[in-house]
Amino acid sequence: MRPRLEARIGVSGAMVYVTPVLAVVLTMACGSVLFAALGHNPAAVLYAFFVQPISSAYGLAELTIKATPLVLCAIGLSFGFRANIWNIGAEGQLTLGAIAGGGLALWAGDDASVWFLPAMIIASLLGGAAWAAIPAYLKTRFNANEILTSLMLTYVAILLLSYLVHGPWKDPDGYSFPQSRMFADSVLLPLLTMGTRLHLGAPIALLLALAAWWVMARMFVGFQIKVVGLTPAAAGLAGFSVRRLTWITLLTGGALSGLAGLFEVAGPIGQLLPSISPGYGFTAIIVAFLGRLHPLGILLAGLLIALSYLGGETVQIELGLPLAVSGVFQGMLLFFLLASDVLVRYRIRWGRSVIVQEAG
Amino acid sequence: MADEGAPARLRLRGISKQFPGCLANDKVDLSLGQGEIHALLGENGAGKSTLVKIIYGVLKADSGALEWDGKAVAITSPSQARKLGIAMVFQHFSLFESMTVAENVALGLDDGANLDELSAKVGEIGRRYGLALQPERVVHDLSVGERQRVEIVRCLMQNPRLLIMDEPTSVLTPGEAEALFVTLRQLAAEGCTILYISHKLEEIRALCSRATVMRGGQVVANCDPRQETAHDLARLMIGEDFDQASKTAEASFGAARLRVQGLNMAAAAIHGTPISGLDLEVAAGEILGIAGVAGNGQNTLLAALSGEQLCAKAETICIEGQNAGDLGPRRRRRLGLAFVPEERLGHGAVPEMSLTDNALLTGYDRQDLLSRGSIMFARTRDYAQRIVQSFQVVTGGIGANAGSLSGGNLQKFIIGRELLQQPKVLVVAHPTWGVDAGAAAAIHTALLDLAHQGTAILVISQDLDELLQISDRIAVLSEGRLSEIMITAEADIGRIGLLMGGHGENGEAGQLDKQGEHHAAPA
Repeated sequence: MRPRLEARIGVSGAMVYVTPVLAVVLTMACGSVLFAALGHNPAAVLYAFFVQPISSAYGLAELTIKATPLVLCAIGLSFGFRANIWNIGAEGQLTLGAIAGGGLALWAGDDASVWFLPAMIIASLLGGAAWAAIPAYLKTRFNANEILTSLMLTYVAILLLSYLVHGPWKDPDGYSFPQSRMFADSVLLPLLTMGTRLHLGAPIALLLALAAWWVMARMFVGFQIKVVGLTPAAAGLAGFSVRRLTWITLLTGGALSGLAGLFEVAGPIGQLLPSISPGYGFTAIIVAFLGRLHPLGILLAGLLIALSYLGGETVQIELGLPLAVSGVFQGMLLFFLLASDVLVRYRIRWGRSVIVQEAG
Repeated sequence: MADEGAPARLRLRGISKQFPGCLANDKVDLSLGQGEIHALLGENGAGKSTLVKIIYGVLKADSGALEWDGKAVAITSPSQARKLGIAMVFQHFSLFESMTVAENVALGLDDGANLDELSAKVGEIGRRYGLALQPERVVHDLSVGERQRVEIVRCLMQNPRLLIMDEPTSVLTPGEAEALFVTLRQLAAEGCTILYISHKLEEIRALCSRATVMRGGQVVANCDPRQETAHDLARLMIGEDFDQASKTAEASFGAARLRVQGLNMAAAAIHGTPISGLDLEVAAGEILGIAGVAGNGQNTLLAALSGEQLCAKAETICIEGQNAGDLGPRRRRRLGLAFVPEERLGHGAVPEMSLTDNALLTGYDRQDLLSRGSIMFARTRDYAQRIVQSFQVVTGGIGANAGSLSGGNLQKFIIGRELLQQPKVLVVAHPTWGVDAGAAAAIHTALLDLAHQGTAILVISQDLDELLQISDRIAVLSEGRLSEIMITAEADIGRIGLLMGGHGENGEAGQLDKQGEHHAAPA
């Protein structure tokens, strides 16, 4: 008596939207059990995790700040994921964007013109894209697996940043701490509201999400990306170049991740540090799938995951729970999402399997 | 042959089977006499496969009763069906390519057996029924006809009393099919009942003594196919009258619109067949048919023609006088090529996408559906709507996913999509494969009309009858080589059959597998 999966006939289209909600509910339920086992009142923890962080304007601004890099990376990745290009090196591309844009800010010095900021934005787009161009070249030229190459390049990028802030770019007045000078105020992203850290990056991310939606829904290149991902043979028949689309999706993903990196260093951080991201580039993979690879879904998913970061900090401060709670929540969320996706498309049957002898 | 006094070998009473959204079998009655060859006839989706799966224990009926030799039985699994004496040869073979004939036969038996004894028995059965097979040969090296013989021998090892054959001749050359009929008649004469599923009407008329016709899950007629014309049988099957397409003799054709010269191409897939030294020309208004058993290089030729695989030299393929051998599919389409691949889902159409999107898939350039990189949805929907209307595609609407259409309707949609692009050259693979008689006639008519308007059409098909019906000239593709091109009206069918059989095989059953017969090495 072994369990086996049997494809369901007639999968409901609405389930595509129900499963993310279901995954969130299940995560909360399991989280409650976990907190109860740790000796806390689940209701209090859930309140501290999900509600308290966003019960003030400041909290909402923090939420948006955290969501911005997640959304940017996830949107970039979603193009590739739609086309079956598995770029999981957004963290490295984010780092290179920060190095390229941040390097320009350091070079400009303390009395930089405000016009350096657009130049830094372009530099970060190019930096991230250049880092993604390496897996793209290896994939199209040698058919090297982009999952491995993009992931490995992430560690190279992080080490490169570490070398820079420990070496040539170290702040000479920084008491030997591994960090760069602070960027000039003129090249930091302008703040949007007084009293918060909300910066220009957030509305730019929103606009890019809308643009991404337009590309996927209305543009021929978006159509080509979808066809390549769903049915490569049909793309070949229609004359869509998989090679070209591999380049397009990887470069787009790299550029947007690079932009996310710049928005961190020219936004809340204001300088280059050995670690500029708590794994936004990796978490963005969860965001992309939780958002169903749809730009508007990614916006919502980005906010939810950002909340899990904030909530983790809050329960640590308020209730003394470990910060790892954020990671556990994110992990459970992805697990339940994937599991409910499987169960929407298949049902579990127990018992002897019927052999259908129609193997070709 | 059927003895009216004896109880029927198998009797079904009121078999019903409901699938979500579709009543596949609706109170079906069927009675199979001892030693009769009984045809089960019906269009796609008529419920034949469901019924057969119920008989073979793969599916369970919702209601109804089965009687075996007059006794009520419940068949709950294929192994139980085999114990009763029911054997089945599926349309798609289930053989292990890297194992020998004897090993494959051994795997099909429910009890283990000594391989040497088995080999001897395979030889004995082969001699008795004209199913010559060498037990030590590896299946990978066998022709399709030989593979089918392995399947049949595997069934005969169990001394079946009911043998179910699902579309057995769809993969055979005419000579091989004739040999199969000899075997089946001999089996029937020995008392084995044969349930023969097919939609090839001439074949059924030649072989079967009774026919049950199904339509929409119900039995609509029982008849003696020998007493009916093929046209009558087809009418019973589709429930309405239809006109069979036929071509009018064309006096002359225009200039060559498609020219292939010295095409050599390696196979794209493992176990594919490469093409060597292929030349052909298709003139405006002409239909050139390429016959041949599947796996003889059709896929390689199709990929070379569509541009999915590029030629080394541009002049190898010429479309409308322009060298196109080095152009990809998109630029070949701009020159006027339209293309219908063999596989509908997963090649010709994206199953998860709507018909509108699937219309866009190949129509984007020739139907002018793009404007500065954006999709013009109104135009695209209009195009999809025109396809659905012109080709009477049965669908919930152009927003329906391609995967939700039946095979025949999707085929009509894909053919329509290509035809509405007013191609100069059309390459079609298996235009009516798995399509019911009514839709097949509509597709044939559309192809003939298009040729009449001056399009050069190349049809690659396994269905020889179809090619003889619509093509002006015909050639055979065998092991990657194209035979001489013959004028269809003057072609000798026996000769075509021999060419389809390939090297060293001459289509006569008794002479097929002599010891030491030359067998071309697979590529």
